Amino acid sequence: MFRKIVSVAIAVMMLAGLCLSFASCSENTGEFKIGVILLHDEDSTYDLNFINSVKAAVKELGLDDKQLILKRNISESNECYEAAVDLVNDGCTLIFADSFGHEDFIIKAAKEFPEVQFCHATGTKAHTEKLSNFHNAFASIYEGRYLAGVAAGLKLNEMIDKGEIKADEAKMGYVGAFTYAEVISGYTAFYLGAKSVCPTVTMDVQFTGSWYDETLEKNAAIALINGGCKLISGHADSMGAPTACEERGVPNIAYNGSTLESCPKTFIVSSRIDWTPYFKYICQQVMDGKTIDTDWTGTLKTGSVALTEFNETVAAEGTAAKIEEVKKQLMDGTIHVFDTKTFTVEGKELTSYMADVDTDADFTKDTEAIKDGYFHESEYRSAPYFDVQIDGIKLLNTDFG
Amino acid sequence: MTVDNKHMQHEPLFRVVKRDGLPLKKTILIRAAAILLAFLFCGLIALILIKANPISFYEAIFNGSFGTQRKVWKLLKDIAVLLCISLAITPAFRMKFWNIGAEGQVLVAALACAGCMYYMGGHVPDALIIAAMLIASILAGMIWAGLPAIFKARWNTNETLFTLMMNYIATFLVAYFLIKWTPSGSSSLGELKFGHLPRLYNEYLLIILVVAVITVLLHIYLNYSKHGYEISVVGESEKTAKYIGINVKKVIIRTMLVSGALCGIAGFLIVGGLDHSVTENTVGGLGFTAIMVSWLAKFKPGYMVLTSFLLVFLDQGAAQVSQNFDISSAFPNVIVGIILFFIIGSEFFIDYKIVTRAKAKEGTKA
Repeated sequence: MFRKIVSVAIAVMMLAGLCLSFASCSENTGEFKIGVILLHDEDSTYDLNFINSVKAAVKELGLDDKQLILKRNISESNECYEAAVDLVNDGCTLIFADSFGHEDFIIKAAKEFPEVQFCHATGTKAHTEKLSNFHNAFASIYEGRYLAGVAAGLKLNEMIDKGEIKADEAKMGYVGAFTYAEVISGYTAFYLGAKSVCPTVTMDVQFTGSWYDETLEKNAAIALINGGCKLISGHADSMGAPTACEERGVPNIAYNGSTLESCPKTFIVSSRIDWTPYFKYICQQVMDGKTIDTDWTGTLKTGSVALTEFNETVAAEGTAAKIEEVKKQLMDGTIHVFDTKTFTVEGKELTSYMADVDTDADFTKDTEAIKDGYFHESEYRSAPYFDVQIDGIKLLNTDFG
Repeated sequence: MTVDNKHMQHEPLFRVVKRDGLPLKKTILIRAAAILLAFLFCGLIALILIKANPISFYEAIFNGSFGTQRKVWKLLKDIAVLLCISLAITPAFRMKFWNIGAEGQVLVAALACAGCMYYMGGHVPDALIIAAMLIASILAGMIWAGLPAIFKARWNTNETLFTLMMNYIATFLVAYFLIKWTPSGSSSLGELKFGHLPRLYNEYLLIILVVAVITVLLHIYLNYSKHGYEISVVGESEKTAKYIGINVKKVIIRTMLVSGALCGIAGFLIVGGLDHSVTENTVGGLGFTAIMVSWLAKFKPGYMVLTSFLLVFLDQGAAQVSQNFDISSAFPNVIVGIILFFIIGSEFFIDYKIVTRAKAKEGTKA
């Protein structure tokens, strides 16, 4: 038996050796190629948004389909590093990863391949890591959330005017993933948008403790509706909350993309990050041999922050016009989303706030974010860092119970 | 009407008859034919459904594992990790103790390992951290496997349900610690800087060598040791085991502790050698795939090298098909399913044969 094992082992090793020597080198034609690493595939609204954006960018730049390689279902583990290396071997000179947890593995690959450019969405470490070929990007999505909030406030006003609810019953519900700055910044902006047109509005937030869990998200939305919320929005990646709203006839503001098709009776509008401008920008820079910004923030101006089409049957009258007006004001700086005059913290106006901008092991609060009367979100780095708990928003379960 | 004729009328057109041990050559032939047929069939489906040129389809599957030198290394490493978990569950399976909790046993070991890296990192030398990681991983795996074994041995609880439930506890424990360890609320731990396993040539070779040694040791343990013999006897019949004086409870608990320890080593290798981090998805279903590896190889460590190669090869091939043809992972997963169906189906034809009425008649005449 022992001889058998030894012979099998030798055979396996010989086979492996043969394969190693035969392994063909990658076809590297010198043509520009971009590789995209995705956490899931088309089934996730989050990843689908990236897939659609990069495909649109490649098309608009007049590139061939073969110049884009997608790696789907890459977990936030060493597998991400392996996928990146694989893309380098396939001839990619620009590699993009879409999930927060991919960051450290992309940095590992960036250190190994200094001639390849690596871009990472939602990450926080590029400005402190100081690698010339590793870049972060995000968008000022809080502006999109604020606009969606205006649409929500107008809908509540319509309900109040029609006598369906009283002014002090104008309560919204929000299904959040984690108590993470990206989520806090998002729901606060949404709330302030609603408050700008409907001053009596309040909001309950229910967390799920997961970025994608359809059942949990649906149950959270139902719990909020049962708790008296008249309109639901959220920040998590499944169809859970919109479906719950459609079943119960409660107006919904979605995220990542339109849910009009499956929720025609309750969908109002959705804010989303359009990654097409960023993909076009990084492809063009690499093709021209120019450098990419270490930390890039897409805005309303760059076309990165977008709203989907309104569902006219649900949205309050005049919503589109009002949104257009507020959008202009945000763009020319006459209003700011986190204007400290529009909210209070424990009854007082916020005059100073140290935010955790530079990533370190102890999560030190290192940067003063309030200047000129407003909180400067996404200015010192692209990923959100607004994590203030403001009055009017009640967190139902910060421990994800 | 004779008695014989009456009997013939009640006989079904087909019937399934158990075969007595086919010669090895023939079984290999049947399996090879099944795999070949499976690939031909999948090529046809790919041609019809995604309009894929069959040659580039097969090329994609092959290149998934052998396309570049890196991919071959990754193939060998993935085989090693899957094989390690498959080896871990095998002793219990031989004893007919259906441990489907390898996923949780590896995950909790991975968590223990990451815990050592998180709390000790930077305070003590790396060698000490690595030693602590190994011990903590093995202990965690043993606790997760030992609990269901103790309950089975003492109160005859259902080990399948028990080990399955332990998986969920492990997942939520990881979720809990991720929230605790990331005050920013992102629930993403990121790379832990200390306690990385040393690299031999590359980061994969150490893992491959460790698992190769474990494979040989487990083969010897199962086939040439008293413990291995006791496991086989308990698996055949608990009553026989009791009759010849084997302490069945002790064997159950001891064997599951061995299983748990091996799962612990798998978790240690994944976190210490590859990920340097932990998420709820660290094991990613390998604990369940391992059941198939072990079962297809009839619980023999030597054959498990081949079956884990087969599963990893299909998995990498599927990923490459998804990449080359730019389709979501659903279609490649269907392909893997079809191929596995053919392979598992072929086992049926090795163990049984189908006899038609006419043939059976001939048989009685002869």
